[in-house]
Amino acid sequence: MAKDEMNPAFKLIGTRVLRPDGLDKVTGRARYGADFAAPGMLFGAAVRSPHAHARIKRIDATRALALDGVKAVVTRADFPTGLTGEDWNLQENCMAGDVALYDGHAVAAVAATSALLAQDAAKLIEVEYEPLPHVTDVDDAIKPDAPAIRPGAADHSVPDGMPPNVVRYFEFGHGDLDAGFAEADIVRAQTYRTEATHQGYIEPQACVGQLGADGKGEMWVTTQGQWYVRWMCAAVLGLETAQLRVTPSEIGGGFGGKTTVFIEPLSLALSRKAGGKPVKLVMSRSDVLRATGPTASASMDVKIGMKADGTMTAGRAEFRMQGGAFPGSPLNEALECAFAAYKLPAVEHIGHEVLANRPKAAAYRAPGAPMAAFAVESLVDEIARELGLDPIAVRLKNAVREGDRSSYGPRYKSIGLVETLEAAKAHANYAAPLGPNQGRGVATGYWFNHNGDTSVSMAIAEDGTAQVSVGTPDIGGSRASLGLMVAETLGIPYEHVRVNVVETGALGINEPSHGSRATFASGKAAVIATEQAIAEMCRRAAAEWGIEPEAVDWVEGAAQPAGPNAGKFPPMKIAEIAGQMSSTGGPIAGHYEGLPEGVGASFGTHVVDVEVDPETGRTTILRYLVVQDAGRAIHPAYVEGQFQGGAAQGIGWALNEAYIYGEDGRLQNAGFLDYRIPVACDLPMIDTVIVEVPNPGHPYGVRGVGETGITPPLPAVANAIAAATGARLRRLPMNPPAVLAAIKAVRGG
Amino acid sequence: MSKIHVTATVNGDSVEFLADPRETLLDALRDHLGLIGSKEGCGTGDCGACSVLLDGRLVSACLVLGVEAEGHEIETIEGMAGPDGTLHPLQRKFIEHAALQCGFCTPGFLVASKALLAKTPDPTEEEVRYWLAGNLCRCTGYDKIIRAVMDAAAEMRGAA
Amino acid sequence: MHYHTPASFEEAVRIAASAGGVTRFLAGGTDVLVQLRAGAVTPDDLIDLKHIPGVHDIAATPQGGWRIGVAVSGAELGEHAALKRDWPGVVEAMELVGSTQVQGRATLTGNLCNGSPAADSVPALVAAGARVAVTGPQGSREMAVEQVPTGPGKTALGPGDLITAITLPPRGAGGGDAYQRFIPRTEMDIAVVGCAVNLTLEGDVITQARVALGAVAPTVMLVPEAAEAIISTTLDSDALEALVKVARSAARPISDKRGTAEFRTDIAGVLARRVAELAYARAKGRAK
Repeated sequence: MAKDEMNPAFKLIGTRVLRPDGLDKVTGRARYGADFAAPGMLFGAAVRSPHAHARIKRIDATRALALDGVKAVVTRADFPTGLTGEDWNLQENCMAGDVALYDGHAVAAVAATSALLAQDAAKLIEVEYEPLPHVTDVDDAIKPDAPAIRPGAADHSVPDGMPPNVVRYFEFGHGDLDAGFAEADIVRAQTYRTEATHQGYIEPQACVGQLGADGKGEMWVTTQGQWYVRWMCAAVLGLETAQLRVTPSEIGGGFGGKTTVFIEPLSLALSRKAGGKPVKLVMSRSDVLRATGPTASASMDVKIGMKADGTMTAGRAEFRMQGGAFPGSPLNEALECAFAAYKLPAVEHIGHEVLANRPKAAAYRAPGAPMAAFAVESLVDEIARELGLDPIAVRLKNAVREGDRSSYGPRYKSIGLVETLEAAKAHANYAAPLGPNQGRGVATGYWFNHNGDTSVSMAIAEDGTAQVSVGTPDIGGSRASLGLMVAETLGIPYEHVRVNVVETGALGINEPSHGSRATFASGKAAVIATEQAIAEMCRRAAAEWGIEPEAVDWVEGAAQPAGPNAGKFPPMKIAEIAGQMSSTGGPIAGHYEGLPEGVGASFGTHVVDVEVDPETGRTTILRYLVVQDAGRAIHPAYVEGQFQGGAAQGIGWALNEAYIYGEDGRLQNAGFLDYRIPVACDLPMIDTVIVEVPNPGHPYGVRGVGETGITPPLPAVANAIAAATGARLRRLPMNPPAVLAAIKAVRGG
Repeated sequence: MSKIHVTATVNGDSVEFLADPRETLLDALRDHLGLIGSKEGCGTGDCGACSVLLDGRLVSACLVLGVEAEGHEIETIEGMAGPDGTLHPLQRKFIEHAALQCGFCTPGFLVASKALLAKTPDPTEEEVRYWLAGNLCRCTGYDKIIRAVMDAAAEMRGAA
Repeated sequence: MHYHTPASFEEAVRIAASAGGVTRFLAGGTDVLVQLRAGAVTPDDLIDLKHIPGVHDIAATPQGGWRIGVAVSGAELGEHAALKRDWPGVVEAMELVGSTQVQGRATLTGNLCNGSPAADSVPALVAAGARVAVTGPQGSREMAVEQVPTGPGKTALGPGDLITAITLPPRGAGGGDAYQRFIPRTEMDIAVVGCAVNLTLEGDVITQARVALGAVAPTVMLVPEAAEAIISTTLDSDALEALVKVARSAARPISDKRGTAEFRTDIAGVLARRVAELAYARAKGRAK
């Protein structure tokens, strides 16, 4: 392993060990959501609205039920009534009630003895719709005369007289904004827009659900959070939560999109109606794009004041976001991240959340932050360019440091923004020569990172190996990083630890693998649990030696007397203690339940070089550099992987990915052919620099690395295109038609 | 709807299954033969997760009907390691280079990469990237996948 | 759905003629299966042509051209060195269709019969002057490729008609062809604009030329005015400028999810120039 990268204080932390699930995944044995089968299983299919907005007048399943082998049909009538708040939102999004709210909204589902039969039956379910006026664009949806999508959905925060689709409104900030702008030498204001994008995980949603008349249920599902699936399904179906057991499969990508439910309650409802037979539901790619959560689309006004030397004096952001026909777009997160990198004496944030006839937004990697960064980091670049200032110098001049008050209120603890900017400045990419039609863009990004409800248990096996049970599904190698931390703590080889992602019956509740929390929260919990087991092993050794437990230390996988005064005994190795545990007091284990404190926020700085074909507007990424503060990289290869993956997703969002709705309100690009995620030849190698400013709140300094990396690419690419062409694009995606039009506009062509 | 009896060779073994003519080769592999390593990410030939070799030719199993397999030879991810489980160099290099995160696209990438190296033992980075354009990965940004393929190619050339 | 594997084109025609419902012919299947999967078209009868002798063959014609079977995949075309030497534009156009995996199945004939105005191989076939042999209930006939598509998803083939082979003419001396398309990514997209140019030189002067555009009209179109703009020239800057103008004025595109009409018109000119230069260089033997 690459010991050169290793902190000398550690034996294992920082090494590039092989992931424990690698063999299963390169041989095709690993079982994902659609790979599970249960005896007697039926297959389900959903009927989805072809209308953006339509009253459901009648659903007639007679012809479907007449087919031999069709076992059950469910509609909203099969779900409990009286739900409120987010429970109602979830239920309504999984299965439309009186009104279909978007193209792809499920209105019925059927279970049959084969997948083909279920699909045939779904086509025979007759649904009569009365189309209603619709609106899909955020700026149209906020107009006073827009079709009202859900009258009465606005919460108490919305002042009287707001347009009908505004459901949430808020303001926050600090300092004297007018004085701040008055102090500036230059004040600029612009409007930026981002289109909705999808997480684009390659594995579609899939589950097998089984629910009996006794209210006991089982589910096998691809998810980022089995406990979330459990409470959501229980809420949507009116079940007792603990009667449902949810087992997560291997997960084929999530990026936030698998932290909620779509088809899962439908499979349980179908199963209950089909006499308790298990029902498998697998989404098609088209279903995934039409009906699972994309991110929000945003329209954002930003105003910044700057002195001629680059000092920022004030910032203002007013954002409008639609996250579909339901509240829950990441507006707060977007605004809180907007100016997070800057020390600002005066700042104001205003948010409008708007409903539109689109699917309910789900979390997508650093929810809200990429949009906010696109707006703010683009405008910072525009002003820096106007003032003739180096983009990294401007950011360094205003960079927040430990102890500074953040733009959204709290004071920063240890952070590494300055370190990422300095590392970017020092990197060879920042000095690489540029040719004609080429340009360089810089941007920073921020994510809070997150702790969340966490339960972990660990136990020592009879031979001194260790098992760890965690509730955070492994999306990108977390079993490797958790295994490293437990092995390091125990002082045993990495290969002696097995980390299992377990079902809901095995632990207390856990939040999903979201918020970049798995390695931070499950990691911290696993270390605490391991320390409990170590303390118990020290007690066992102390009892054997007849000395006080406090006089025993744990060193390199063995108990040993703490010093010469403690007694003279040879070290008692873990295997020895474990082998005797049945006769020395029984099982040796540790556990943690709680909210691990000490989250460490993370900044990143990206530098991208592009070349733009001036005749076609097509952008080629020539070089890409990600610099990000990881706190500490437990497994550097998977940290780099998170950086590179986040950058690639951000590049896709910047250049070509977008939800395209037609005049009829239907999604026009519900497939990977026209929902254009980057392919291998669209990208260069993605260079990375892991900055390590350890998080004092984690035993090994972890901050969390999953999300920050998608935040800077949107503005970094926009800034590079501006540098290459002189054309500033303030709307995503920056696809060839948009770039060519912008080039022509500045060149008067 | 009557089913059709199909005989084919999969990973060297003679197999038989009954296919509805609407079922794809991917459906047949996964649902009739229990070979779940080939994945469905799109069903429309846009993601490459179901890549298999059909008579040695790289294809998407979702774009071949099960009944079209009659009399043909198919190789899937399950046939890539040796009979004793010895990993193919590509499989080993993918693990070593951390070329997978979620791993869902991995079988497709491995099968497609194997087809590339059979045809082009010494590919350039650009050739690897273009050959694999039909294999989508959303986790890695492709960097480590490309490195793993190039490294496996180098090892295989050295071993040959 | 009934699946048939006829052993001859005549048998295929008979099956199609006796079928009552929706019939589809299956070669590579890369369009048919996508339509099947989407529920857009579920044929009552699916007639697989791959068991018919000769459909997998690429054969030299007595005249010095090439006869390409209806089940020859893009990958097989790309591996045929002699064909690629004669008609690099046709081969590179076909090789742009879909992924490596799609190349393992997709065929020229399928690309043509799908009737898409954005089909990559069709402008190259049109520019090359390729012809198709058709067999059907009314017997056999030959058609120029440009006569096959009649609108998006529509062709001049009647019920039960099927193409039995595509023929490329002899390349002859001093010839060169090329195809390029514009897409937002580097791969895996449908052409926003496609352009093929096929020309013949005597010395430095273009004596014959055919220019075809894709995705800028309801069908792939042959643009004789574009050919005229470069015939009798050495493809100097005046000729290129004229070509760009003519290509843009010939374009009658729509705005859709893949590009605006304005953008497509613009790009039609850019591509016509770039592709003509490539074809010219190939004809001069200056490029592969």
